[in-house]
Amino acid sequence: MKVLVAVKRVVDYNVKVRAKADGSDVDLNNVKMSINPFCEIAVEEAVRLKEAGTATEVIAVSVGEKSCQEQIRTALALGADRGIQVEVEGSPEPIVVAKLLKGIVDKESPDLIILGKQSIDGDNNQTGQMLGALAGMPQGTFASEIKVEDGKLTVIREVDGGMQTVSLNLPAIVTTDLRLNEPRYASLPNIMKAKKKQLDVFTPEELGVAVTSHLTVVKVEPPPERSAGIKVESVEQLVDKLKNEAKVI
Amino acid sequence: MSLDFDSARLPNPHIRPEHEEWRTHLRRFIDTEIAPFAEDWDEAGEIPMDLWPKAAAVGLLGMGYPEAYGGTSEGIDSWHNWITNEELNRFAVGGVPASLMVHGIGLPPVLNWGSEAMKQMVAPPVLAGEKHISLGITEPGGGSDVASLRTTAVRDGDHYIVNGSKTYITGGMRANWVSTAVRTGGDGAGGVSMLLIPTDAEGFSRTSLDRKQGWWASDTATLYFDNVRVPVENLIGEENRGFLVIMTNFNSERMFMAASMEALGRVCLEDAANWARERNTFGKRLADHQVIRHKFAMMKQKLNATQAYIRVCYESMENGNANPGDIALLKVQASETMEFCAREAMQILGGSGYMRGNRVERIYREVRVNAIGGGSEEIMRDLAARQYGL
Repeated sequence: MKVLVAVKRVVDYNVKVRAKADGSDVDLNNVKMSINPFCEIAVEEAVRLKEAGTATEVIAVSVGEKSCQEQIRTALALGADRGIQVEVEGSPEPIVVAKLLKGIVDKESPDLIILGKQSIDGDNNQTGQMLGALAGMPQGTFASEIKVEDGKLTVIREVDGGMQTVSLNLPAIVTTDLRLNEPRYASLPNIMKAKKKQLDVFTPEELGVAVTSHLTVVKVEPPPERSAGIKVESVEQLVDKLKNEAKVI
Repeated sequence: MSLDFDSARLPNPHIRPEHEEWRTHLRRFIDTEIAPFAEDWDEAGEIPMDLWPKAAAVGLLGMGYPEAYGGTSEGIDSWHNWITNEELNRFAVGGVPASLMVHGIGLPPVLNWGSEAMKQMVAPPVLAGEKHISLGITEPGGGSDVASLRTTAVRDGDHYIVNGSKTYITGGMRANWVSTAVRTGGDGAGGVSMLLIPTDAEGFSRTSLDRKQGWWASDTATLYFDNVRVPVENLIGEENRGFLVIMTNFNSERMFMAASMEALGRVCLEDAANWARERNTFGKRLADHQVIRHKFAMMKQKLNATQAYIRVCYESMENGNANPGDIALLKVQASETMEFCAREAMQILGGSGYMRGNRVERIYREVRVNAIGGGSEEIMRDLAARQYGL
C-alpha cells in the first residue's frame, strides 16, 4: 500500500507571532519555521503503517517555496521514503493546494492520503476535504484512530457529539486530529540519512494547474490586549457587576 | 523576547537546516525523557540506567563517532557539537550531561590510540548505552600536575600490575572500563602510559563521592587499584607515550565545557529576565530600575563575547588549526561569564533564587566544578602563557 502524506511549512508552534507594522501579514522575519503539527501527526501515522507492514512506501509532499524542502526533509527524517515538492511562490489558497495535490495523486496513485486537519497558520481546514472532492475519494476527517483491514479503512472521527466510526473504501483520504498519535523524535542518524533521500520537484505547469487567487487579505492585527482587572469592595458589588456589566447571571 | 535562551543566541552563518533539525529533535527528546525528571534525579543523586540506551537510540551518544562502531560521523561537524552541548544544559542540571556524556572523555583515547580489538570490544557497547567508560587521570596526591602522577603499572610477563588511586572520577561508580593514566617508566611526563582497566578486575575497588556542592546526579568516585593485573594488550597507545594521549583529549573537552558554560549563563539571563518583567518593586517593574537594567546589559555583553569566541575556536577546529592556548583561555572566558551571570541573576531573583528547585540556584552551585574541572582557570592561563611563548 502506497501512502501519500502532505506536509506544510508553518511558523513553529512555540513562536509568539507578531503582526507586521503595516498590518499586511504576520511578521515572518527571522522566525523559526517548522512542520505543521497536524502534518507531523500525519507523517507519524504513515510511518507507523509502514512499520506495521501495512504500508510499503510513504511519500511526503509539500506545496510551497524552496524553503519547504526543509519540512520535507523533516518528514524524511521521521521515516518517509521519498519527497515531492510542488514549487509555488507565496502561500497558495487551499483550493490551489488541493488541485496541486490532485496532480500528484494522479501521478502516484496512492492507496491512502493523510493530511493534517488544518494548518496552525491559516486554520482553514479545507485542503483535505477539497482534495477528496477533486479526487472523488471518500474521506475520514478529524481522525483519532485509523485501521486498515481487508482493503477497507476504518476511521474513528472526533465529532462534536463524541466519536463517529466510518468505514471507507480505498483509496481514501484521512485528515488527522490531535489525538491520533504522538509523533516521535527523529534520531541523528535518520536526520543525516534524510539528506540523501530522493526529493523531486514539480511546477504547477507540469501538473496542469493554474495558480489563481480568490482571496485578499485586508488586514492582519493582533487581538486586543486584555485590560487590567479591578478589585471589588463587596459581595454585593460583585453580584451587581456579574449581573449588569458582565451579564452572566 | 530578545533575552530568552534562543533569541539571546547570536546569528551563526555555519548553522544549516539539518543543524536546526537536530536541535529541534534533540530538544524534544530532552523535554520528554530528561528535563521533567532531572531535578528529582539530582536530588536522588542518581540517573536511571535506562537513560543511556534511550540517548543512544536518538543518536546522542554516538554523535561524531565512527559508523563502524555504531556512531554517526558522516556530515557531523563542530556545529552539531555546539548545539548538543547547548541543549544538554538548557534544563540546567549539570550532573546529568556530566555523567551521561562522560564517554566523551573516556572513549576518545581508545578510539584514537587503542588497538582494533580494543575498539571492537569497548566502543559498540558504550555507544549503544549498554556499557560505560570513564577517564582516570586525577589522583588524591595531585591533580593538574599530570606529569607527577604516582599510580604505577609494573610489567610482569604479559600483564601490568597496577597499584595506586584515582579520585574525582566522573562516572566512576558505574564505569565498566576506565582509561587510566599510570606510571610505567621514570619520573615526569615521559614515564606515563594510558591503560584500559576493566572494573571487574580483581583488586579494583571504588567508593562514591556523593557529598558535592553540585552535579549531584553525576556519580563521582575514588578508585583504588590493589595489585590489579591488566593484560598488556590493554595499553592505549605506546608505552610511556601516554602524556600525548592525555593532552590530545583536552581540546574537545574544553570546547564542550565552554559551550555548556555559555549556555548555562544564557539560562541565567533568561530566568532573570522573566522574573524582572514580572516582579514589581517601588511602584515599577524590577526590569525598569536602571541598576537592574545594567545587569542585563552586562550579562548579554559577556555572553555575546563568549559566543563569538566559541565560534572562532570551533571554526579553527573545523579548519584543522585549533590553537590550544586560545581554547584554554576560552574555557576561562566561559567560566568567568557563567560565574558573572549566575551571580547577577541570583541578585535579581533575590530570595526566590535562593530557594532550591530553580535553575539559577543550581547553576550558581555548579559554577566551581566548571571553573576547576577539565583544567582550572589558573592552569588554563598558565598553559596559554606557555603556548604564546612568553
